[in-house]
Amino acid sequence: MEDFVIEFMFFLEVLFSGLLTGTLYSLVALGFVLIFKASGVFNFAQGAMMLFAALSLVGFQEMLGVHWTVAFLLTVVVMILLAWCVEKFVLGKLVNQEPIILFMATIGITFFLDGFGQTLWGSDIKPLDIGLPTGSLDFGGIFVDQLELVAGATAGGLVLGLAIFFNKTKIGRALRAVADDHQAAMSVGISLRNIWIIVWSVAGLVGLVAGIMWGSKLGVQFSLSLLALKALPVLMLGGFTSIPGAIIGGLIIGAGEKLAEIYLGPFVGGAIENWFAYMLAMVFLLFRPQGLFGEKIIERV
Amino acid sequence: MSLKKFVLGAVGAAVLAAPLAAPAPALAEDTLYLPKLVYRTGPFAPGGIPTANGASDYWAMINERDGGVNGARVIYEECEFGYNTDRGVECYERTKTNHGGALIYQPYSTGVTYALTDRTRTDKIPLLTMGYGRSDAGVGTAFPWVFPLMTNYWGQATGIFKYISEQEGGIDAMKDKTIALVYLDIAYGKESIPIFRTMSEKFGFTLKEYPVTFPGLEQKATWLQVRRARPDYIVMWGWGAMNQTAIKEAAGIRFPAEKFIGNWWAGAEQDTVPAGDAAIGYKSATFNVAGKEFPVIQEIVKHVYGKGNGAGEENVGQVLYNRSVVTQTFIHAGILAAQEKFGVKAITSEQLRWGMENIKIDDATAAKMGITGMVPNIAPTCEDHIGGGSFFIQQWDGKKWNLVSEPIEPMNDLVVPAMQETADKYLKEKGLEPATCG
Repeated sequence: MEDFVIEFMFFLEVLFSGLLTGTLYSLVALGFVLIFKASGVFNFAQGAMMLFAALSLVGFQEMLGVHWTVAFLLTVVVMILLAWCVEKFVLGKLVNQEPIILFMATIGITFFLDGFGQTLWGSDIKPLDIGLPTGSLDFGGIFVDQLELVAGATAGGLVLGLAIFFNKTKIGRALRAVADDHQAAMSVGISLRNIWIIVWSVAGLVGLVAGIMWGSKLGVQFSLSLLALKALPVLMLGGFTSIPGAIIGGLIIGAGEKLAEIYLGPFVGGAIENWFAYMLAMVFLLFRPQGLFGEKIIERV
Repeated sequence: MSLKKFVLGAVGAAVLAAPLAAPAPALAEDTLYLPKLVYRTGPFAPGGIPTANGASDYWAMINERDGGVNGARVIYEECEFGYNTDRGVECYERTKTNHGGALIYQPYSTGVTYALTDRTRTDKIPLLTMGYGRSDAGVGTAFPWVFPLMTNYWGQATGIFKYISEQEGGIDAMKDKTIALVYLDIAYGKESIPIFRTMSEKFGFTLKEYPVTFPGLEQKATWLQVRRARPDYIVMWGWGAMNQTAIKEAAGIRFPAEKFIGNWWAGAEQDTVPAGDAAIGYKSATFNVAGKEFPVIQEIVKHVYGKGNGAGEENVGQVLYNRSVVTQTFIHAGILAAQEKFGVKAITSEQLRWGMENIKIDDATAAKMGITGMVPNIAPTCEDHIGGGSFFIQQWDGKKWNLVSEPIEPMNDLVVPAMQETADKYLKEKGLEPATCG
């Protein structure tokens, strides 16, 4: 009986830890959803934007010796500038092109940002400390990572804020109009250019928040951009256009991969969590091709 | 012509003309070409940068101070491969015939080492893999062009086990103990598994293996399992991004840091500084000592940084930087030996192989190279490409690494037969005859 209790407590710990890690994946996935929702572009560069934002934040702190809040504000300015550059030099030239062309352009942006960020700020691992709590709390033998608790709360706050932004503000409505149809939105006087700058700026800000959380956990380093690969199964599962979907998807993927690694991994040699996440997402797609919360696309023939 | 066409045309012309515009070396000059595969970018850049800087600075110092090696100027050239094996092989193919031919390669990547083992054999170019690469490559007759030097991964694993058993009061006391092996799930990380399994069977301790998915960013599942297993010691075969996360995660499960021992690629400032307080007490193996007080490092500071040059002053004296410098001094010693034997300044790669098989790093040579106290002595031969050697355990105190053990020698009674067995298997699989010595 005692063994069962211990094993059950361990199961709870794995589950809870997986759910919290999942919220960290959701933070990355949110940036993808925002841009896809508002412009129909799958932004492959979201991971690179997260890395670039985190590198800039730490870089400003180191270079200017300023408090992290000042560095945060400077980084926000950098991300808005980046959004302007993306619109001006890349996407603005590709209006009304096929989505695959826009997607390929974002792959180009990814490699540029990865390289430019490292050239500008260096490739060393940089510790990021903005005073977030670290270490674990002990709840009757179940350890919970404090940083992940903060990340979960932050992800919740972001979703709430973004939901209000999209549904209750004029800009939010304009964003949704552009997402539905570029040309129709332009014909009623919505500036596509401004909308794209706004949405890339917001995605940059979300990337910055995700970068702070992951940077505090792992240190700011090149590998942060690879976390985009962790967000893909979350998007497949949650749907590319749903903000709550990114959160629910993150929770399912986070918990699923941890449980799989611990309870199935030993039978197949371990280290399965990366591909298991994708497999889990594909199983969901069998039943809901648009993802859990994605919009069902019906096109008339 | 529009401005756009003009700019595109000018850039295109510049790219096409670049090879023609490069200055050709004077024909009469004796040179030694040392290409270096580096990874200053990518997930393993934190380890790649100091190892690249150590090599770059050392040869800059030799050219500046001595005008080269015995008057032959060293051409040091980097090729960035981002720790991608395919790009590493491409770098090798691209550089091997430059400047009269590459003398030696040192990729600092076990994956690239495996990929280049056969190619360097065909091309007759030595492959220096000091402290990494194939563990069986120390058998010189089976791998005549590969030089692991010092000790290999299997030797290191047995040495770490020896250290652990000393802490516990002897090998007999290990019977009811559990060791968790946390490793990066790539060729490098898996290299130590066979010898750990052999030791587990022979000495009776329980071995638990925990692979970490490449590149080792998210390790929560691994550490939950470690917590459940409650091992007495954790040994880590990690590299790059994985290490500092593992150190933090170990602290997160409140595992005592002094019982967590990394291998010598998981024991640098790049691993402990980003982990902050979690790293205090953490231990690792090392075969070279950190610090700036050694004469060779002082020479670099004087002749390279003192003249406003140098690749990265913040790395000078760090574990990985010093390791790379020591590696270069061994190549330097090999070049000197070959120059003396063959009576030429601009030696060939085949002559350097002889040189590497005949270096004797004893107290006198160490003093001459400025590395006294920095690294154990070694003396490789044609048959033995490891050359003896030993290593230490070091501990991080929050600011610097301190040695906490005497030199540890591997359990060669276990390691040498295992090396010979897999080396024989390699020769059989490839249909190769062993090289002859002497």
